[in-house]
Amino acid sequence: MKRLFLIFLLFSALAVGASEILAANAPDTMEERVKPCIVCHGPEDKKGRDAYYPRIAGKPQGYLFNQLRNFRDGRRLYRPMAVLLEGLPDQYLWEMAMYFASLKQAFPPPEPMKAPPAEIELARKLVTQGDPARNIPACVDCHGKALMGTTPFIPGLLGLPRIYIMAQFGNWQHGGLIRGQTPDCMSEIAKKLTANEANIIAAWLAAQPVSEALLKREGPAPKLSDELARRCASIVLHSGQPQSQ
Amino acid sequence: MKHIAIAAALAGLLGIGLFLASAETRPRIEESEKPPTATADDMAVRQTLQARGAYLSRIGNCMGCHTAQGGRPYAGGHRLDTSIGTFVTPNITPDSETGIGHWNEDDLWRALHEGKGRQGAPLYPAFPYTEYTKVTREDSDAIFAYLQSLPPVEQKNPPSEIRFPFNLRPLIYIWRALYFEPGVYRPDAGKKDPWNRGAYLVQGLGHCNACHTSRNPLGASQGGLLGGGQIMGSNWYAPSLTSLQEASTADWPLHDIIQLLKTGLSSRAATAGPMADVVSQSLQHLDEQDAHAMATYLKSLPQSDPRSRGVAPPLTEEVDKLLARGGDIYKTLCEDCHGNLGQGRPNAYPALADNRGVTLASPVNAIRSILYGGYAPVTINNPRPYGMPPFAQILRDEEIALVLSYIRNSWGNRGSLVTAIEVDRSRKGAQ
Ligand code: HEC
Ligand code: HEC
Ligand code: HEC
Repeated sequence: MKRLFLIFLLFSALAVGASEILAANAPDTMEERVKPCIVCHGPEDKKGRDAYYPRIAGKPQGYLFNQLRNFRDGRRLYRPMAVLLEGLPDQYLWEMAMYFASLKQAFPPPEPMKAPPAEIELARKLVTQGDPARNIPACVDCHGKALMGTTPFIPGLLGLPRIYIMAQFGNWQHGGLIRGQTPDCMSEIAKKLTANEANIIAAWLAAQPVSEALLKREGPAPKLSDELARRCASIVLHSGQPQSQ
Repeated sequence: MKHIAIAAALAGLLGIGLFLASAETRPRIEESEKPPTATADDMAVRQTLQARGAYLSRIGNCMGCHTAQGGRPYAGGHRLDTSIGTFVTPNITPDSETGIGHWNEDDLWRALHEGKGRQGAPLYPAFPYTEYTKVTREDSDAIFAYLQSLPPVEQKNPPSEIRFPFNLRPLIYIWRALYFEPGVYRPDAGKKDPWNRGAYLVQGLGHCNACHTSRNPLGASQGGLLGGGQIMGSNWYAPSLTSLQEASTADWPLHDIIQLLKTGLSSRAATAGPMADVVSQSLQHLDEQDAHAMATYLKSLPQSDPRSRGVAPPLTEEVDKLLARGGDIYKTLCEDCHGNLGQGRPNAYPALADNRGVTLASPVNAIRSILYGGYAPVTINNPRPYGMPPFAQILRDEEIALVLSYIRNSWGNRGSLVTAIEVDRSRKGAQ
């Protein structure tokens, strides 16, 4: 009996050594491990099949990490993401976020804005100056002068399809459905905009080229002020503190 | 008129329920006395007891059901969809207001063994006490000691949403009278120790039968022990552990079974969905002896149940054409990971050739895998598993039916053709 047990131990050591990592016959890289994401968030050559999938390459790691956790935990409600991420621990999501944040990606050509000049000007003003009278901050305040995001949490706004941005505004304005319960400055702001304003802002953003200089940017995006970072991190921890790793 | 009849019938049932309730509250037969260890105030003894309880709770996967995704451990709030409604699991941390801080060992024993709450009210069998009843008093007390050592979490969970009339608790008495028999596992004297230990774990704490058996519309197990069945309120089929065509491991070497239990992967199968959860939340923590015991018992299960694979189509020219279309989709979208011969890549991408999960008569699991994708279970041995992409958003129902029919009938696999209607049902139906 004792001998049997020893033989068994030997076998199980071969099969699954005490706690050694399983050797897989596949590249041991994050690129291989995020293949499931690439079906929708693919590199440029697969872009444009469905405008509703946002670009995630090059977005700030903290932002991506928080969104991944929000999807997994049902704070941002989107079933396909929730099912895909079910059971994955924070550590792994953090590595995925790091991988996508490290990618530099070519952006699609801008979508020309078809609107009367007055509307184009209104959109530009809202984006760059906001509307202080209505307590609407400028997009550039948070998303950076270049609108390409700020560390640690705020995503860039350029290089996104117009329809995707419009859908996000719709969700913030009508709340609940997709957004779940993340405290998120964007829903406050979006609710102050009229439907038309949201539409022209989306069209204006999608019409901006992403400059070469920005694509070559080395190092992290500019940093957001601590106060805004706290308020707009779009994630709650159990302690009520926003997450930063 | 019809309404009155239903109301009368319900009133009758309720009456019976209440009657059975009073019958059940008559003096109980205590199965075993409280062991003395529980009262010993020796710290070391306590700590050993708690450590054992921690281990046993994992094997019972108490945390899996009593923790919301991303929530505080054991604070409940996890939603369980069933055929009678959605349960929201209770907080079982020792918080006195919102948890089980006021409970004692007897209370937990009554819950696990008899399926009753602290006030004696019957619990719904969504809490698998139909299997936990086999757990010994000693193990129940260890679990209790562990639960009480957890940090109390004040968290009030929303109520369950159980549909009428099932929301009337007294009805559970009827159910219990029909379907529930309390009783601790009795070792089979004719069997060796690992086998008995394995049977105890599989039938009791492991509650494998809670999923792996078919159920009648009232949620009572109907088929043979571990004979496989659709999980109620979900679109998953838990295959028969007693059929060689499904998930019997009778012809597997023991170490393959152990690897499947501990990592969810083996050369012949990959676990997904609820089973992946069971592996990562519970089975990966089995110690060597218990893993060996469980595997020994699983391997010994009778192959009493030769469920069929469904009728594989004769390979006419027309069928060949269909399969060829499926093959084209496979080449473009699947071959990269699953291989040109369906051979997969060990420990990363499961083989589809000779994989019983692919050829099961009920294609629901495979349809789900293709629609929604997912990662293999996260375990200590596989902390960064590889994943399967979702295809719901790029393949139409018909295309999914074609590619699935193809993999069910290639590389030696044989299985029935899958129709677009079956895929559509999975898309729209319960999850
Ligand atoms: C499959 C999911 C599931 C698993 C696994 C599970 N539970 Fe539960 N548990 C439930 C549900 C659902 C209820 C509520 C039943 C009801 O309301 O009648 C419950 C109720 C309870 C209660 C009663 C709480 C109260 O406030 O009345 C206790 C105690 C409990 N479970 C302990 C455990 C322990 C200990 C384990 C592990 C050995 C465990 N549960 C595993 C689903 C589960
Ligand atoms: C919550 C429900 C649930 C519980 C509990 C559960 N299973 Fe499963 N099991 C499933 C489902 C669903 C599948 C089919 C999906 C798959 O293949 O992974 C499955 C598949 C399996 C397979 C076949 C794996 C393969 O891919 O061929 C085995 C073996 C198995 N389960 C054993 C067990 C054992 C042993 C236990 C108890 C310790 C158990 N299961 C508990 C739901 C469950
Ligand atoms: C990026 C790699 C990848 C691609 C591409 C891929 N799969 Fe998978 N597939 C996986 C992984 C990983 C699993 C195991 C998932 C798990 O354990 O939950 C899997 C599981 C499956 C399963 C379930 C097997 C089982 O044992 O239960 C089926 C069926 C399947 N894939 C079919 C397909 C089909 C059909 C395609 C093409 C339309 C495809 N896969 C494309 C990686 C991939």
